[in-house]
Amino acid sequence: MTSTIEQIASQEYKYGFVTDIESDQAPPGLNEDIIRLISAKKNEPEWMLDFRLRALRHWTTMKEPTWANVKYGPIDYQSICYYSAPKQKKKLNSLDEVDPELRATFAKLGISLEEQKRLSGVAVDAVFDSVSVATTFRSELAKVGVIFCSFSDAVQKHPDLIRKYLGSVVPYTDNFFATLNAAVFTDGSFCYIPKGVRCPMELSTYFRINSAGTGQFERTLIVADEGATVSYLEGCTAPMRDENQLHAAVVELVALDNASIKYSTVQNWYPGDKEGRGGIYNFVTKRGKAFANAKLSWTQVETGSAITWKYPSCILQGDNSVGEFYSVALTNHYQQADTGTKMIHLGKNTRSTIISKGISAGFGQQTYRGEVKIMKSAEGARNYSQCDSLLLGDKCGAHTFPYIEVRNSSAQMEHEASTSKIGEDQLFYCQQRGISAEDAVSMIVNGFCREVFKELPMEFAVEATKLLGVSLEGSVG
Amino acid sequence: MLDIKNLHAGIDGKEILKGLTLRVGMGEVHAIMGPNGSGKSTLANVLAGRPKYNATSGTVTYLGKDLLALPAEERAREGVFLAMQYPVEIPGVNNIYFLKAALNSVRKHQGLEELDAMEFLQLAREKMKLVEMDETFMNRSVNEGFSGGEKKRNEIFQMAVLDPKLAILDETDSGLDIDALRIVAEGVNALRSEQHSVLVITHYQRLLRYLVPDFVHVLADGRIVKSGGKELAEELEQKGYEWIEDEVLAAR
Repeated sequence: MTSTIEQIASQEYKYGFVTDIESDQAPPGLNEDIIRLISAKKNEPEWMLDFRLRALRHWTTMKEPTWANVKYGPIDYQSICYYSAPKQKKKLNSLDEVDPELRATFAKLGISLEEQKRLSGVAVDAVFDSVSVATTFRSELAKVGVIFCSFSDAVQKHPDLIRKYLGSVVPYTDNFFATLNAAVFTDGSFCYIPKGVRCPMELSTYFRINSAGTGQFERTLIVADEGATVSYLEGCTAPMRDENQLHAAVVELVALDNASIKYSTVQNWYPGDKEGRGGIYNFVTKRGKAFANAKLSWTQVETGSAITWKYPSCILQGDNSVGEFYSVALTNHYQQADTGTKMIHLGKNTRSTIISKGISAGFGQQTYRGEVKIMKSAEGARNYSQCDSLLLGDKCGAHTFPYIEVRNSSAQMEHEASTSKIGEDQLFYCQQRGISAEDAVSMIVNGFCREVFKELPMEFAVEATKLLGVSLEGSVG
Repeated sequence: MLDIKNLHAGIDGKEILKGLTLRVGMGEVHAIMGPNGSGKSTLANVLAGRPKYNATSGTVTYLGKDLLALPAEERAREGVFLAMQYPVEIPGVNNIYFLKAALNSVRKHQGLEELDAMEFLQLAREKMKLVEMDETFMNRSVNEGFSGGEKKRNEIFQMAVLDPKLAILDETDSGLDIDALRIVAEGVNALRSEQHSVLVITHYQRLLRYLVPDFVHVLADGRIVKSGGKELAEELEQKGYEWIEDEVLAAR
């Protein structure tokens, strides 16, 4: 069998992805001194420090949630190092120095040579220097008044916007992991689309300056002002390895009246090896608030991480606002995912759509957890939910926990769910027609995910299709 | 074309074929008949390479190659087609997309150029007429929601498109009404030529009225116990299988 993504990912260290030892690192542990250190290192204003400290104090009163359908050993929060200066990866001179297996994966995913270089830490030439590309994009964005920068930059340069919106959707008291993030987050992205502006390009973290070293505790804030429209892409299909096991990110979206935000994610963090050792714990809080006539759309393709705990949600506060959630989550080997969404209907005639596709292979365990809440004020609200599970083999599992709470009798709710299995019979049928088992699986899986993939931006959709194929390698035959 | 010698095979260690020998020449149509449990479907599945069906001894030579050594998809690409007794549904996979992928993997293997969407569609339309299939079938998922008869017609349609050298029909006639039976037989007749061989596995003689075989073999207890021309099928229809079984017993 050809090498799996896990092997490839785990080989990265062997091939010199050793980070230089930086002296600029905080001692492990979490206390007020550490928070002050982080804030000072980042040269933050008083109000930012204040936000962090309030979060920390609240966090010490909280307990780690245990309701999710995932199993993992205890996390020692005092052994984690919460601050280290952005790390410099050792630069390679050419792609020839890159692990051939990693390159093979890149090729399968159809990643361009230049991007391969960037991803594998090869020094890029002047023409394609990602910083210069980013600068070009940045000036184009500036022309229409779009702000797109790192969170740290935004704290310095746009404090009013940050103060106004930070924590306005996910308050620092929200949940254990979000509160931890509020205390210790190191960086992330900030994006502001002014009134009536349609963002001229899809915003991707790829073009973000200071994107070196994806943060363990990332914080993203996107604000679309009245009538603005933006599409934001997070993550990348290439395998991502990080030495920090615990990841707790927060994403806040604010769509003011008549605004529209589309947020697409491809998550491919290291999932651990075939025996379930290692791998990222991904505890993410993502939520958006939609004002009148606004629209929020989450699309996610989750294939990585040992544990995924993630519920991109919509608060449909304004009348006629719309929330959407399209998800494909894949668990192979010993991966566990507990993911879904919350749609909170407050405004009149609010509408939400949930399409969730879970794929389990190997010993993977997959849980869909969704909550649809129609509040008393949400006259005429509508929801359509569909969650489908696909099983490969007989050692994996799929679980569905839909919660529905309706407090207004004019609401219309629809819920559909299905579970199916890729059987030996189906594989044999395909093989008997000349199609290899692996192609057959990817054909069936892609057919299963089609409704979600069509929501992805074109380029992402093609990559996502290939990614599923690579992620499922070795799950048949 | 196909040369089966003293084949022993079964499922999960249970021997079902007990020394089957059969030769199918180029361009010939052979019918395999026999009572339930005689090993007809096992033969079809062993030839196509279905998992869990294992040959324990004997040889199967197909166009000079050791067929049993090839994985199922290789056999298909070499021109072996099995029209299944119970075609499975594959939800979410478009019928036309599926068949195009299949045809192109076969063509690629045989060193032929792959067909593009337009060329494929043209071929598919032409073959669809043959089995009187409606074009709306093309855009549905593979076999999903098809009636029993539609599934069988889809098998014949796929066969017509893939143009196999050796077509094996595993009880394709079961559960078909008389019209569907005629359509299936016509589909197979259209394939008949000097270069194509067909192995028709059936319990009943009725399909053979439309699809006249060159040879008829009777399978009982894992062996071919009697072979003859098309008149053997009629004899079986009249007398049933019992007299064969009696004959076999008497010969022991």
